[in-house]
Formats: sequence, C-alpha cells, structure tokens
Amino acid sequence: MNGPELLQQHADCLKSRMGGCFPGERAVFRGHDLHVELKDMDWVELYVFGITGRRFTREQLRLMHAIWVYTSYPDARIWNNRVAALAGSARSTGTLGVAAALAVSEASIYGRGIDIKAVEFIITTRKELDNGAELADCVQKELKKHRGIAGFGRPLASGDERIAPIMALARSLGLDQGPHLRLAFTVNEFLLSGRWRLGMNFGAIAAALGADLGLSTREYYLFVFPAFLAGMPPCFIESAQQPEGTLFPLSCGHILYEGAQKRAWNPSQSKP
Amino acid sequence: MSDEKPAEQIRTRIWLEEPEPDNPFATRAAYCHGYDVYGAMLGQARWVEMLYLLFRGDAPTPAQSELLEAVAVALANPGPRDPSVHAAMCGGVGGSTAAASLIAALAVGAGQLSGGRELLLSMEAWHSCGMDLDAWQRRMTAPGDDTASIWPTPEHPPGFDPHGVTTTTIVKQTIACLAAMSTGPRLPWLEENLSSLEAAAGCPLAMSGVAAAAFSDLGFSPEQGEMLFLLLRLPGAAAHALEQWKYGHKKFPFFKIELESDSEEVK
Repeated sequence: MNGPELLQQHADCLKSRMGGCFPGERAVFRGHDLHVELKDMDWVELYVFGITGRRFTREQLRLMHAIWVYTSYPDARIWNNRVAALAGSARSTGTLGVAAALAVSEASIYGRGIDIKAVEFIITTRKELDNGAELADCVQKELKKHRGIAGFGRPLASGDERIAPIMALARSLGLDQGPHLRLAFTVNEFLLSGRWRLGMNFGAIAAALGADLGLSTREYYLFVFPAFLAGMPPCFIESAQQPEGTLFPLSCGHILYEGAQKRAWNPSQSKP
Repeated sequence: MSDEKPAEQIRTRIWLEEPEPDNPFATRAAYCHGYDVYGAMLGQARWVEMLYLLFRGDAPTPAQSELLEAVAVALANPGPRDPSVHAAMCGGVGGSTAAASLIAALAVGAGQLSGGRELLLSMEAWHSCGMDLDAWQRRMTAPGDDTASIWPTPEHPPGFDPHGVTTTTIVKQTIACLAAMSTGPRLPWLEENLSSLEAAAGCPLAMSGVAAAAFSDLGFSPEQGEMLFLLLRLPGAAAHALEQWKYGHKKFPFFKIELESDSEEVK
C-alpha cells in the first residue's frame, strides 16, 4: 500500500511501540510504567533505554556518563557554546540559546557530523577486517571517500586532552579491551606510521567505546546528542550576568570587507 | 577609544559598515555588495532584489526579480497540513516563544520530505543532469549514497512526492507560471518533459522540485537554494503559529493513541 491510502491508514491515530501518556493515570515508556518500573533509573540510563530499548550495566553507564562529562567545556569562544552565550548577552531565553547551541553542534567538522562518520567507520572497518580485508585498504578507501577519517585529526589542536582520562576510566571499569577500541588504536598506529599526520582524537575513542557497548551507528548518533550540553548553560549564565551586548562586541573595524567597490544603485533595476 | 585595528576580524564580501564618528559600534552607512543600503536602496529596491543581491552578489535583472518574487509567493505558505507548519503550530498553540515556533518549522522543514534537504538534493540533480533526460533517468535508478551521515538515506527521488498520485493542480499552475517567466532553460524544459521525469521517478513532481528548477535558473547554488527555501516558507509557519495561539489548545488536534505493545520486553 502506498500513496493516499497509506496516509489515510495513519490519519488521526498514533500507533506506537514507544509509549504514551495517559494523564491522571500513567505514562508508558517503551512498554514500562515510567513511575513504577523505571522510576529508579538515572537520567542517562533512561535516555539510553529510550534510544535502544536495552539496559546497560552500572559500569557501562558510568562510561557513558564520562563520555558526556569529558566533552562539556564551558568556554564561550567555542562556536556552539558561543551561540548559547550570545543568546545570554542579547537577552534571549536560556532554552532558545541552549537549544540552538545543541543544534549547531550537529556540524560537519566537529560534533554530530563527525560522530556519526566515526562510529560508522569503526563498525564497518571491523566487519570488513573480520571478513578478511586488509587494514591498509580500509583506511585508503575511507581517505579516498572522505579526504580524511572522522575521529582522526582535530581542528584547532593536535593532541587531545580527553583521551587519557577516558582510557583510564575505561581500564578501571574493565571496558578497555573491546574489539572496536582496539581497532581504533590500531588505526591510530597505522596513520601515525604513515604520512598522514592524523592523530586519534576523542571522537574516535568515544565512537569505538560506543560501538563496544553495542550501540549501532544511529543509536550512537542519538546517544551523543547532549555531549556538549553541560558546558552550555554556564556560557549562557555568565553572559546573561554581564552588561547586555558585551559578549564579543564587534565594532565596524572588526569587519574586514573584501567585496565589491561602492557602486550606485541603478533605478532601472528597481520596481517602477 | 583606540583607533587601532582589532586583533580579530570577520571577513566578508557581502557587507561593509562605516561607523558614526562618535561611536565605532554604531553604523553611519551600510553597503551590501557595494550598494548603499539605507542611502540608495531603501525605498527603491524590492525585498526580492535585496534577497538576490545578498546571495548572488549582484542586483538581479527585472526578469529575475519577477521570477524570484513569484517563487516567494508560491512558497510563502505550505499550509497547515505541511509538517513544518504543523510543527510551528505546535509551538504557537502552547504559547511557546515566537522563535521556538520558527525553529520548529525550520527543524521539521529541513528534511528530505518536502524540506530544505530535499531542495538541496533536487538542485544537485539539476546541476548534475541539466536538461538531459537520460541523465535524469540514470540518476533516479542509480543506487543511493550509503555514506553515513546525519541525514537519513533518501527514500524517494528528491523533488518528487512519494505519496502523490498525479501532479497536483497547484504544482502544475506553479510550473506554468514560472516557466512563462523563466530566466533560464530549466523551468521550460521541466514543463515540457514533466511526464517523462515523473515516469522515471515513479511519482509526481512536488513543489520542492519546481522550486529547485527555479532556483537553478536564477543561478543559485544548491546550498543557497536550501537556505532560501527554508527562509521563504517561514511566513506561513509564523502566521499559522500565531493563529493557533488565538484559537487555543482545546481546538487543536491531540489525536488518539494505540500502544502496539504495552509491555515491550526488556532485552
């Protein structure tokens, strides 16, 4: 069935396996009563349960918390955080500022655009290696396709201060021997031994840890959505507490114009 | 205050601002691609001329202005059935902020089903296939790009309506109007080859497909077309959001729910 018949079949009614709200009675979350069966879940546990429908061990959840904690920087210079801060400075609302900052985090050269490519690369490459492919071929294919490998190389900096603490935690939790994580380090060694100068960054580590937790590409993408969130409210708060309009104010001299020379508007081009 | 050049600067080819003598943060004159916006354009230039100038860097010809104006009218309100307007109304009906209603319209209207991403993909098809019917047919039958992306894998040829039966009257009216005003070859070719294209796509042309042809004829890049499409559909979203706030939530559909499983097994 397709076309208008398909649409008609779905009109006026939500058919859901995910859940629903029955005001005054109960709320169902993936088939479970939120206020009875799931009431003791912590927030990350519920969030990941909502994405996957699966439960995770205490150690796995601890690692998931850390992936978020280690990527939350309250630095208003960072582009996505700057959006939250500018909202505070321009006296917008906190929700609008932080929501926009999170949306901006779905970027091509950092954030969600990289995360989804990083986890896809690590999952796909592991499957291909299991099927007998050579690592060099996998890497070359990815480099040819994307002119880089997501999770390797980092804008603005070379080293990545997040790797040591997340690896220390993963070791302490016994979660540092997963096949995807080991593959990430193998790829890192391969790239560093070549001419590419693409050192591994936190994106590759987090993606590999996520894959070892059993998250699919799309599940991981949704899991990391709030990764930068905790750093954003401080940026909003601080700029909101400063005199209005004082976050990175730009004078006319801050604008370096490189365009066309001044020219006359031709009235013949305009509406009679 | 110091007259020294700031350490950090924003580079732009679009906008020049000259400061008031008493305040480097206040504008005495602003130039858009060289035209004095407040001293010469204001009161003379049309909104769509400003729009075209901002994106393309030069003033449009009268014919280009007419075409862009017609496209803007066609896109101004997708109507309350459209998901983007529906989303804006969800903001309006609950008294969300104006920006939230527009953000909702943008987010929902950004996608690959009648959204900004569909427009971009459709324009990429125009840039790739041009007026070569064989190229269109090959493109529509080619396997999709399986590269992992924040965007889902496309489920239908961009610019066409996967749920459509025949070309809607309003799409036909829009093609006829825009093709007659065309400043480029694509709109007339689209009108002439519509049935062949729809046969290749397996579904009728959508409004986004018409807009993609028009933006291509106007010389916009796919990225510029995507932005314009998002922008030009906002007026209707805004008006409908405000209207639903006036009606109140008791007159806005909530729909019934059927839980398909009331006890999904925890894996």
